[in-house]
Amino acid sequence: MTDTHPAIAIRNVAFSWDGDFSIEIDTFDVAPGERVMLLGPSGGGKSTFLNLVAGIVPPSRGSIDILGTDIAALRGAKADGYRADSFGIVFQQFNLLPWLSARDNVLIPLRFSKQRRKRAAPAKDSANRLLGALGIDSALFRTPAGRLSVGQQQRVAAARALIGSPGVILADEPTSALDRAMADAFLDLLYGEIGGAGSALLMVSHDETLAGGFDRVVRLDDIVRVSRRAIA
Amino acid sequence: MSLLRLALLSLWNRRVTAILTMVGIALSVTLFLSVEKLRTGARESFANTISGTDLIIGARSGDVQLLLYSVFRIGNATNNITWESHQDIADRPEVDWIVPISLGDSHRGFRVVGTTTEFFDKYRYRRNDGLSFAEGQRFDDLFDTVIGADVAEALGYALGERIVVSHGTGTGRGAEHDDKPFQISGILEKTGTPIDRAIHVSLEAIEAIHVDWQGGARIEGLSIAAERVRNMDLKPKTLTAALVGLKSRIATFRFQRFVNEYEEEPLTAILPGVALSNLWSLVGVAERALGAVSLMVIVTAILGLVTTLLATLEERRREMAILRANGASPRTIAALLTAESGLITLAGAILGLALLYGLLFVLQPLLDSQFGLYLKIEPPTVRDLTTLALIVLAGTFAGLIPAWRAYRSSLADGMSIRS
Repeated sequence: MTDTHPAIAIRNVAFSWDGDFSIEIDTFDVAPGERVMLLGPSGGGKSTFLNLVAGIVPPSRGSIDILGTDIAALRGAKADGYRADSFGIVFQQFNLLPWLSARDNVLIPLRFSKQRRKRAAPAKDSANRLLGALGIDSALFRTPAGRLSVGQQQRVAAARALIGSPGVILADEPTSALDRAMADAFLDLLYGEIGGAGSALLMVSHDETLAGGFDRVVRLDDIVRVSRRAIA
Repeated sequence: MSLLRLALLSLWNRRVTAILTMVGIALSVTLFLSVEKLRTGARESFANTISGTDLIIGARSGDVQLLLYSVFRIGNATNNITWESHQDIADRPEVDWIVPISLGDSHRGFRVVGTTTEFFDKYRYRRNDGLSFAEGQRFDDLFDTVIGADVAEALGYALGERIVVSHGTGTGRGAEHDDKPFQISGILEKTGTPIDRAIHVSLEAIEAIHVDWQGGARIEGLSIAAERVRNMDLKPKTLTAALVGLKSRIATFRFQRFVNEYEEEPLTAILPGVALSNLWSLVGVAERALGAVSLMVIVTAILGLVTTLLATLEERRREMAILRANGASPRTIAALLTAESGLITLAGAILGLALLYGLLFVLQPLLDSQFGLYLKIEPPTVRDLTTLALIVLAGTFAGLIPAWRAYRSSLADGMSIRS
C-alpha cells in the first residue's frame, strides 16, 4: 500500500457485454484511506463497474489504476495475484463458504495473496483479532459459517475483506440483509477497522440514508454512461 | 490454508456424494484387480495342472491332442502304445521313472484311468505338490479303486463302496463291467486338476475287466468270474500314454527326438509345459476378452466420476465464485477440482485394493476347495501397482473436464455470485 498514488484512478474506460450492454467512465478517483459511497439503482451498471474495478473483466479501452498499477493492463495470473493483494470484498449476500469455520473463511484471501499473508502474519492471530474486534465471540471462531446468525456472518465477511490490510475495500450493498440498527452497528465496526488499516472504501448502495459516515457520496449516473441495444 | 485442505474440507462437506463416488471407484478397482487375479490364477492353475513330468509319450498325434487326452482326459487317443515299446523306453538309461496310463472306460461320466501305484508318487501339480489322500490309501487289491475329490463329492461316494465301470463312455446297452465291480480304497484330496474327476485303477484291473470282451462287446457265451481272473496273466498289451521323468533335464530335447524318431512304432513325445502353453494360447481370446471387460469396468467408473463432478458443479458454482472473488485464479479453481477428482480416485484405488485383499482372504480357501483355483495372496505386483497408478492418473485427468467448465463459468460469473 502506498500514499503517493490514488487508491483507485479510472481514466477513459469503456466496456461492452457482447455489444448488448456497454458502459463508459471518463474519470473516477478514490484517494488512499478515503471512504466513498457510490449510489445507484439496480441495473445501473453497478456489477459491471465493480467487476471492472476489481480487474475481473478487462475494459476494451482506458486504464484502471489501483494503488499505482494499471490493473486493466494485467492479464491472467498477474491480474488475479494483484487483485488478491489489493482488494478486500464484502458482498451483499456475505458469500461465506458455509462448511468452513468462521476463522477459515477469514483466512481464505491469505491463501491467494502473498503480500496480505505477510502483512497478516501470524495469520490465525490476525483472524482471531479481527473477528474479536468485529464482535464475534471466540467460542464461534471454529463454528461453521453456515451456523452463524445473519449479523455474525456479515461480520465474518467483513473480517475476511479486511485481513492482511488490502489497499481497497469494495463493498457491494453489504447491509441490505440487515435491519437499520444492525446496519449502523456493522458500518461503525467496518469504519473503525478500515480506518486503522488505512484502506480506501468504495461501497455501492442504493440506500442514501447510509451516507452519513462517508467522506464522499457519488451517484453512479454521474460517472457512468450506460447504453443498451434496443430490443426489436 | 492449503489447496489440499480446501479440497478435503470441500469434499467433506459433500461427503455422501464423494463417498458414494469413491465406493463406486473402489468396487470397479476391486472388480478389475479380481478379474486380473482370476485371469492370472486361472492361467497359473492351468499351467500347473502337471509339473515334474519331463515328457508325455503317446501314439503319433498332435501335441495338444496328446495333452488333452493324457492330462485333461478330453477326447481319445488315435492309437495306443504297445507294452513292448513302453518297456523299451523304460529301460533307457536316461529314464528315471515312467508311469503308464490306460484310458477308455468310464463311470457315470467320469473317466477311468488305468495306471500303476507309482502314479500317486510321481504325479506332481502346481509347484511340485504331490497327490495326497483325503481318506484311505492307494489300490492294493486287483479290484480296488482310488477316486478323485470331485467324483467322491458329485456321486457321494465313501470308502468301501462298490462301483461298476462302464465300457467306453458307457452309453451303450449292456456296456457295463458289472460282473467285476471295484471297491473304493482311497479318495484323493482336491487338486484343482483333472485328477479330481478321475477314477484310478490298476493296469491289471483294466486287463481283468476286458478278458471276456472283444471289439467293445462281451464275447458271447464267455463269462470269466472275477475270482478266476485273479489267477490269469494280466500283463497289459497296450497303453494310451506314459508320463516320463528323466534323470537329467538337459537330456529332455534329445530324448524327445529319440521318441519322435522311434523306429518300432510311430510315437510322439511332448514337453507338458510347452504343450500347456500352446493350449492356453488357443483359449487366449477368452483371456483377452476378460481383460477388455475389466478395462471397460474401469472406464465406466471414471466416466461415473466425471458425471458426478459435473453434476455437482452447478451447485458448487457459488463456491467457485467466492474463491475467485477472494483472489483465486481460474487455474486455481481448475486445480481444486482436479485435486478433488485425484483424491477421490486415490481413495477409491486404496479402498479397492483393501477390498481385494479382504475378498482374497475370505474366498481363497473356497475357490481352492470348490473350483481348484488357487489364488496366491501376495503383495500387489508391479503390474497391479502400475494399473492402479494409471487409474489414479486417469481419474485425476478426468477432473480436467469439470475443471475446464468451472474455469469458464468462473470467468463468466465474475463477481456476480449466484446464491
